[in-house]
Amino acid sequence: MKLLEGKHALITGVANRWSIATGIARQMHAHGAKLAFIYQGERVKDEVQKLAAELGGGPAIECDVSNDEALLALSQRIAKDFGGLDILVHSIAFVNKEDLQGKVYETSREGFKLALDISSYSLIALVKALRETLNDGGSVMALTYYGATAIVPNYNIAGIAKAALEAIVRYLAFDLGERGIRVNAISAGPIKTASSRQVGGFSKMLDKVSAGSPLRRNISSDEVGKTAVYLASDLATAITADVHFVDAGYHAMGMFPDPPSDS
Amino acid sequence: MSTTFEKVKKIIVEQLGVDEDEVTPEASITDDLGADSLDQVELVMAFETEFNIDIPDEEAEKIKTVGDAVKRVDEATTKE
Repeated sequence: MKLLEGKHALITGVANRWSIATGIARQMHAHGAKLAFIYQGERVKDEVQKLAAELGGGPAIECDVSNDEALLALSQRIAKDFGGLDILVHSIAFVNKEDLQGKVYETSREGFKLALDISSYSLIALVKALRETLNDGGSVMALTYYGATAIVPNYNIAGIAKAALEAIVRYLAFDLGERGIRVNAISAGPIKTASSRQVGGFSKMLDKVSAGSPLRRNISSDEVGKTAVYLASDLATAITADVHFVDAGYHAMGMFPDPPSDS
Repeated sequence: MSTTFEKVKKIIVEQLGVDEDEVTPEASITDDLGADSLDQVELVMAFETEFNIDIPDEEAEKIKTVGDAVKRVDEATTKE
């Protein structure tokens, strides 16, 4: 039997074939889960519908996570299509591009609010809307990044929003723990996506991980997906309120070896 | 050279939903083909995936026309 056989998952944050959420969806589909997707905006509609069709033919539903009415409609749709939900994957973030470079103290109040609303509060909003639809014993997971707890130049307000997201994960784990629902974060190393490339100097971040991580390489969205499968499965029934690193070990480095010379 | 152009053209047509006739070497990806900043990033990623190459940000920024993209892809593929 496949690890996620009979489980229903809602995947957020798929924009195209390079999205981290797409890697998660691929792996969850491969392990037997039935998937539903949400997306925002006409721009990504075709791409998400195409991916949904390839990955089991589940629904791709338009939903703006900053709109509580849209979330309520989503909850009703999921209840109708799936009955209940076992897995919720949060892979949503938004930061104005000008806030992904320069000084954090130059972040505007509006930019801060937007970043925190879409990247952090959206997890609370999704859980609030879907709490009745989530089955007892389910698994909620959110994608985060090392920049939440360590200084990653240019990641800036995105790191601050991820710090809030990680705290939200812990508090929701407590809220939902009575029902056996687990809430965790996956802290993925940098992966080249259409979003991550908006971070100033992103190519150099990849080079640093491939040179300085214990595994001396970068990671793929499918590797994040495999960890997501584990966290969603009954292999991880005692794991909650945790931040799980999938970053080739980069977060554990305290000092970096000299780069190899060119000779 | 021409084969790269044909492949690049196909990717651009698929990614941006433009007509084949519009994709000339001189065409500006933003001004003539209407790509926004996210389209540009996705286009670069599509080139990377289809040609199995790496286009760092600073190189990606220099791709303004279809011809630039063809040149960049050719350089990256002959290097390997």
